[in-house]
Amino acid sequence: MPHLAVSDVRAKYATVEVLKGVSFSMEKGEVVALVGPSGSGKSTVLRALVGLTPPTSGRIEIHGTEIDYRSAAAVRAARDQMAIVFQQYNLFQNMTVFRNITLAPQRIKRRPAAEVRTEAERLLSLVGLTDKIHEYPDQLSGGQQQRVAIARALALRPEILLLDEVTSALDPELVNEVLDTVRRLANEGMTMIIVSHEMAFVREVADKVVFMDQGEVIEIGPPRELFDAPKSERAKDFFSKILRH
Amino acid sequence: MERIIEQIPRFFTPGNLWLLIESAGYTLGMTLVGCLIGFLLAFLLVYIRQTPGYWALPIRFVCIAYVEVFRRIPFLVVIYLVLFFIQTVTTDASLFTIAVIAICLYAIAYTAEIIRGGIESVPRTQIEAAETMNISRLQTTLTVVLPQAWPVIIPPAIAFAVSFIKDTALVSQIGVFELTFRGKELNNQGFSGILVFGTIAMCYFLLSFPLSMLGQYLEKRLATPRGQRRTRKVRHS
Repeated sequence: MPHLAVSDVRAKYATVEVLKGVSFSMEKGEVVALVGPSGSGKSTVLRALVGLTPPTSGRIEIHGTEIDYRSAAAVRAARDQMAIVFQQYNLFQNMTVFRNITLAPQRIKRRPAAEVRTEAERLLSLVGLTDKIHEYPDQLSGGQQQRVAIARALALRPEILLLDEVTSALDPELVNEVLDTVRRLANEGMTMIIVSHEMAFVREVADKVVFMDQGEVIEIGPPRELFDAPKSERAKDFFSKILRH
Repeated sequence: MERIIEQIPRFFTPGNLWLLIESAGYTLGMTLVGCLIGFLLAFLLVYIRQTPGYWALPIRFVCIAYVEVFRRIPFLVVIYLVLFFIQTVTTDASLFTIAVIAICLYAIAYTAEIIRGGIESVPRTQIEAAETMNISRLQTTLTVVLPQAWPVIIPPAIAFAVSFIKDTALVSQIGVFELTFRGKELNNQGFSGILVFGTIAMCYFLLSFPLSMLGQYLEKRLATPRGQRRTRKVRHS
């Protein structure tokens, strides 16, 4: 049984259908990369998974249990298993790094304060920001904010980590520090879905690449196959443009 | 003019001064109490108004209707409505209570729009982040949204209360012993209107000017996130 199975999922923003039947699945410990041109619906897949843009039809299953997105309790349960990191970090601007990381584990998951504190410190050292623990987001660079956002997501102890274009808003020189963190998580066996335009990085860490275009999955395969020998015309076209240099 | 100068010693007696201070207290008291309660209830109204889901449509409609209706009625009419409505329910409500209720109802409608503007100034993505972390709507509002909305809400809310101090003169119409009412009384006792209402005008100025200054101070303080942080640290230490 796959860890996560997405089958024929459709979703809309207002009246525009942005996902037109998306299917893929992943095993525990796998890293799946969603790639494709902008507007292809990659980010919407992640938003659908966490119920921010609930699917209008189709099935999403975790461990074989279907998530009913009309039920608030089911969505809460699903969000307990997944954590998302956003392109724009979305750290709470009015809270320190420490409080950003500990708020949900302490208040929502009701874990003991001492345990949460130790874990926050461990996560901050994992992303290399131990000295920033009492800073506010606006005192950090974009790359630092994004690493805090990753630490915050990890503090929720998700089974699946969703990364939505986590380097797209960063200045080029800050991209690597974030990618290093993600690479480390991949090596530790974290189950992740990554939406990314960093093709070299995807090729390195992804076990499976899902190529999307205009709300549909066009092709799925290991990075080497998909990048070097895409079968579909649309994938060929996209990769030839993006991998040319 | 000679008449005014001649009246001054007789006008500024300890008794009259005490009357003025007392009535200034009434004016300030009913404005502050009314606006404060109104402000808190306005929060509730905005929170209820933002309830998501189709089932909440009637509730949202009622909240919007309340704000839109009260913003379009003259304050004097609200005062009379409250007066006559309360009198049909109970006979022993004091005029001061009635005035406070009227101020409160009016303040809710105006500050609700200020609060809504402040809340909507917080990026939607902050709320989405909280949502995916299973933080409830109430908790998100209290811990994420409001702390970021204060700088937008507080200055205009204070400005509203300050300007409302003047408008409460209208409750003299139903006989609350506030400044304007006392002014009319003293005028009827034969004191020059210029002298009496000049003094009353001065009293209003003395009441609202310090509050305006407070508002400006807070506006500067809250203008940047760093300024906010300073206030927070001061409070914690």
